[in-house]
Amino acid sequence: MKISEVVSRLQLGVAAGNEQLGRDIDSGYVSDLLSNVMGHAGAGAVWVTMQAHQNIVAVASLTDLAAIIIADGIMPDPHTLAKAESEGIVILTTPLSGYEVVGRLYGLGITGP
Amino acid sequence: MESLNTQVIVLNFELKGSDFEAAGEASSKIKLVLQQIGIRSDVIRRIAISAYEAEMNVIIHAYRGKMKAEIFSDHTKITLKDEGPGISDIKLAMQEGYSTAPDYIREMGFGAGMGLPNMVRCTDKFDIESSVGIGTTISMTVCHNPLTIVGQ
Ligand SMILES: Nc1ncnc2c1ncn2[C@@H]1O[C@H](COP(=O)(O)OP(=O)(O)OP(=O)(O)O)[C@@H](O)[C@H]1O
Ligand SMILES: [Mg+2]
Repeated sequence: MKISEVVSRLQLGVAAGNEQLGRDIDSGYVSDLLSNVMGHAGAGAVWVTMQAHQNIVAVASLTDLAAIIIADGIMPDPHTLAKAESEGIVILTTPLSGYEVVGRLYGLGITGP
Repeated sequence: MESLNTQVIVLNFELKGSDFEAAGEASSKIKLVLQQIGIRSDVIRRIAISAYEAEMNVIIHAYRGKMKAEIFSDHTKITLKDEGPGISDIKLAMQEGYSTAPDYIREMGFGAGMGLPNMVRCTDKFDIESSVGIGTTISMTVCHNPLTIVGQ
């Protein structure tokens, strides 16, 4: 499923990476521990987290993730957004809790790695 | 800094402890060069993950360090040498979940104690040496074609 479709189904905000919304999401992973994401998320995964600092961009880029969803209404700081734009990383935001986001992603057929 | 001949591309980086602003830049640069020369994406991913975990360990746990990537036609070798507290019990440090990261680092999502295990899992050859009070050296090799054997 394309990122853009998930954006519209879950009514997510697009904070960065507007140009990359045509990419496919292959799986999902949820964690606030960066090394867990590096170790377990698959390439092309959507990553659900409450971390919003700039190091999430490097993690997503180096692990070749499709998108980051920052849950619970947390907004990434301008540094994070600038870095994401320059590296072509999609950052999505939502007032929904992580639990709710993952449930809805699963409902759309996006499963674990 | 880049020097290019027919055999090997060498990239050198200086890392500064606690510099979370620049964290990941060296690994990103290595990934970019690997993409430019057309290495398989699953192989690049393994190199990028192990490079980033090692880079972050210098930034989180050490004072400063040097990182070097040597990209050969059939494998990439990454070496990190840091000045820092060193590791007194390497076997313990290598265990999943073991971390001495302070609370403010854990709040950023580091400190799962998964970095060293991730490096081992992603590389074909992993070596670590450490002297307490002096520093730590890590050397990692990833074959570009997982069917070839590293010739060194
Ligand atoms: N370069 C280093 N210098 C000093 N100590 C280190 C270094 N690298 C690792 N260590 C020690 O080994 C422990 C385990 O490292 P590892 O990378 O596996 O986990 P972490 O860095 O604590 O957390 P994570 O990598 O999951 O964010 C560290 O907490 C630290 O005590
Ligand atoms: Mg680590």
